[in-house]
Amino acid sequence: MEFLLLLGTPVAGALLLGVFGARRWAPELNALFSLVTFAAACALTVRIVAHGNVLVAHEQFFIDPFNVFLVTLTAFVGFTTALFSRPYMRVEMTHGRLSPGRLRLYHAMYQLFTFTMLLALTTNNIGLLWVAMEGATLSTVLLVTLYRTPASLEAGWKYFILCGVGIAQALFGTILIYFAAEKVVGGEGVTALLWTHLDAVKTLLEPRVMSIAFVFLLVGYGTKVGLAPLHNWLPDAHAEGPTPISAVLSGLLLNVALYAVVRCKVLVEGSLGSQLPSTMLMGFGLVSVVLAALFLWRQRDIKRLFAYSSVEHMGIITFAFGMGGPVANFAALLHMTVHSLTKSAIFFTVGHAAQKAGSQLMDQIRGLITLSPTIGWGLMLGSLAIVGMPPFGVFAAEFLILTTAMKQQPWATPILLLALGVAFAAVFGRVQPMVFGETTAKRLPHPPALLPVFVHLAIVLMLGLFVPPYLAGWYRQAAIMIGGH
Amino acid sequence: MVHVPLLLQLVNTCAAGLLLLSFAMLSQRRVVTLVYLLATQGALLCLATLLLAWRTHQHHLYISAALTLGLKVMFLPWLLHRLIRRLDVYWDTEPLLNTSVTMLLGLVIVVFAFGLAQPIAALSSTAARSTIGIAIAVILLAFMMMITRRKAMSQVIGFLSMENGLFFGAMSATYGMPMVVELGVALDVLVAMLVLGVFFFQIREQFDSLDLHHLESLKEKP
Repeated sequence: MEFLLLLGTPVAGALLLGVFGARRWAPELNALFSLVTFAAACALTVRIVAHGNVLVAHEQFFIDPFNVFLVTLTAFVGFTTALFSRPYMRVEMTHGRLSPGRLRLYHAMYQLFTFTMLLALTTNNIGLLWVAMEGATLSTVLLVTLYRTPASLEAGWKYFILCGVGIAQALFGTILIYFAAEKVVGGEGVTALLWTHLDAVKTLLEPRVMSIAFVFLLVGYGTKVGLAPLHNWLPDAHAEGPTPISAVLSGLLLNVALYAVVRCKVLVEGSLGSQLPSTMLMGFGLVSVVLAALFLWRQRDIKRLFAYSSVEHMGIITFAFGMGGPVANFAALLHMTVHSLTKSAIFFTVGHAAQKAGSQLMDQIRGLITLSPTIGWGLMLGSLAIVGMPPFGVFAAEFLILTTAMKQQPWATPILLLALGVAFAAVFGRVQPMVFGETTAKRLPHPPALLPVFVHLAIVLMLGLFVPPYLAGWYRQAAIMIGGH
Repeated sequence: MVHVPLLLQLVNTCAAGLLLLSFAMLSQRRVVTLVYLLATQGALLCLATLLLAWRTHQHHLYISAALTLGLKVMFLPWLLHRLIRRLDVYWDTEPLLNTSVTMLLGLVIVVFAFGLAQPIAALSSTAARSTIGIAIAVILLAFMMMITRRKAMSQVIGFLSMENGLFFGAMSATYGMPMVVELGVALDVLVAMLVLGVFFFQIREQFDSLDLHHLESLKEKP
């Protein structure tokens, strides 16, 4: 029941907002649908905590501790972003950057995007997982090009082609898994794509085919995670689309794509019994962290800066999943949560800061704290959190990952530390003059909604100081399920 | 001499045709011809599916063939043709590599593809397992076409040809994916093309051309 509500609400929302998305009250309706989705996700979580894993609709959907926590996170950030987008999109309308037709498209696609992510997370069928991931790209392409500027069209095209090609590789990987599984699972072939069945027989799957499959899957879904050197689409799509979309792309879509990679890794590792998948994940992760840290120095556009910071954090998380084992997986899951919350909070403040300055160029954003203390403090605290300052949750997660790395992969620790230091200096050096310094900002026609920013940051702070026992238990279960060495 | 039944020989002929068409697309610069080649590739894929369905009595392959016929032989080429006429893009400019180099690289790719297919084909028990190498070659050749072309339209045709290769691969290795997935994939391809249609008009409106060198300003500046 909760489950039907969870997937049904965004679909109903997309249909309804496709018709009424340009009305005066459409932003509120959008937020309302997201709230109902969030409530359904909470109810589902309560049920999973009480009764354990659930299989729905002839085993086509599967909910366990790993995905239920991501479902809740996705629904929560989806809801707060809808709250943020209310005043944000109204300001954009007043500034004349949007027509009512495009606002309707925006609202309908926002709900559809939420749906595809929730479908990707809850489906048990790795074929449907692919379909949902492709759907997530398709529903956001037209949002990236929403402003129809030359730069946004370029970003949209890059996003479409790179992710399209990437995801085609992932389809081939999926076909290969199906091929390996059909021999073992048998039956009418229907069950040979169900993750739970595959997980049960993973040790019997043919290792050579599975290792070829994993290369294709990692490259395919890795493109969407934004792992270097496949990350080219990411900064452009983040910088050129409307800010609420940057927030959900960075905070949610990257997580969902990484979720797909991890699900596949569990199967392949079980089949191979070797270190190959872990090593590949660690390699991609490290390259992403280092490249992103270097690119951070060159950025002039504030949204590109934080997009590269997302590449960096995804690299760290991928590295942690690569190390595997209960502690590293726990840290990776914690990092996924806090990164998602912090990064979306940062994008909320960045969106309003850019609207106030009338530009996304960092040289033109100055003195936020004088004219609007909430935006200034939001950006400052958010940046402190994202570069890994204690006592925020990102620090706790990174600390856990680094200490585990020292024990398991000592060679990687100095590289990680150096990259984190470089990233810290790059981000902080840029943010400081924007927050302080002489003001150039102007008044906004609609008061910004900054409550989500502080709610997110408060949760991140709390997770840095104290992870509630039920949440910790939940992470721990998921971490054990993901396994690894 | 191993005896191969007639039906399978026909499937193998279709597979050879698919590969040949991939090479033809690689060297073709007239966009309308590219669309015809793509449609022919779709038709061969459909025929191969039908033959396999007939031989193996896998009924879902008939539906798959019908899907291919409707989507890849009829609807998408029609849509692309319409877009070409409306947008007036008949010729692609000189590709990044000249044709003979492209062809030679294509040959290397085919050899590599057959190497990659060996462990998979060795395990497969389907009737058409010998064609898995061809499917991988079609995918990689389409990939190369996307890399070397400049016009948005040719890249999209490369993308669809890659999709053909993927379908053929799924069919020769496992007699296709389960119906839910196949329908989902078809839906995604359809939506992708519709989104692209909208997208092309946006690009056109903005740049007055579909040449992708207009779309090269977002780079990391040194």
